[in-house]
Amino acid sequence: MAEGQSPLAQFEIKTLVPIEIGGIDASFTNSSLFMVLTVITVSLFLIGGMRRSSMVPGRWQSMAELSYVFIANMVKDNVGSEGRPYFPFIFTIFMFILVGNFWGMMPYSFTFTSHIAVTFAMAFFVFVGVTLIAIAKHKLHFLTFFMPPGVPMVMAPLLVPIEIISYLSRPISLSVRLFANMLAGHTLLKVFAGFIISLGVAAGWLPFVFVVALTGLEFVIAFLQAFVFAILTCLYLNDALHLH
Amino acid sequence: MTSDSDPSGQSPKDLDDFGQKLKKARESEETRRLWKSNVNKAPNSALGLAFRVSVELVSAVAVGFAIGWGLDWLLGTGPWLMVVFIILGFAAGVLNVYRMAVGMNNAIGYSEKDDASTTDKVE
Repeated sequence: MAEGQSPLAQFEIKTLVPIEIGGIDASFTNSSLFMVLTVITVSLFLIGGMRRSSMVPGRWQSMAELSYVFIANMVKDNVGSEGRPYFPFIFTIFMFILVGNFWGMMPYSFTFTSHIAVTFAMAFFVFVGVTLIAIAKHKLHFLTFFMPPGVPMVMAPLLVPIEIISYLSRPISLSVRLFANMLAGHTLLKVFAGFIISLGVAAGWLPFVFVVALTGLEFVIAFLQAFVFAILTCLYLNDALHLH
Repeated sequence: MTSDSDPSGQSPKDLDDFGQKLKKARESEETRRLWKSNVNKAPNSALGLAFRVSVELVSAVAVGFAIGWGLDWLLGTGPWLMVVFIILGFAAGVLNVYRMAVGMNNAIGYSEKDDASTTDKVE
């Protein structure tokens, strides 16, 4: 067995171009590289798909339109017409995570969504943005957020901290869900792939079948987690726009 | 959706007509209902559900711990606020899980949309 080939080695950040701005390490890493690749892929996919926008779409245009309609319907169903202005943001976040996850499925690639720093930054941005929208729209009425209607005042000292904690846990659960799913899935793939070699010809086919099945599952998860991230952003936005 | 957008054997002047028909089909109640049932609900496997429940629980406890620890550090009140906030965090976690189980929504407040796919509504 090859030493140093830990199943976690795939998540290692490698500096490609060292950059330092004011004592802060802002190097261009393999993570940054795959983010850039993701942005380029999404841009090519959408711009290329709509380059010759025809009445009857071809395959490529259909795919681009399908992804648009998918998120547009999600926003319409979960947020309503007030969600329209935020559609670009949700669409961007969905495509970024989705294509990032799919890039991670390529052998020898790097999955940037498997890093809590990346997912938490996105979730935190969503959280702060949604909170600011709620405050801007409802002003002080926003504070009733933390006091469900029909609760006796006696319960308030207990209930308000619970609601605040519940509210603050949103970005954490949002980011951990994406990060842990990607981390666990990719680690599992590596572990089972390692078994193939160590078990040899005799029993190596068993983990091999497993890896094939897991790869399929991992593609589903890659889509599902992007979907969950987008739909939860929609739901949080819906809460911010339509306070009870 | 892609398969019915292929009007093989139609002349270009039929295209307007075809586009109208396509639009009508997409806007029909049937399609909307189909979209709703498929899009609104994340297909939850048992494992995925279990994972979500645990994440919701743990993240709330973690936030409670962080708040309590931070307040203790600021006020110098020993471990007591941390203990209190961990318990509150656990309560918040259970609340999160409860809300998640009621709908897809683990949201604060009870502002579920009226036409949401979930039938039971919390008041």
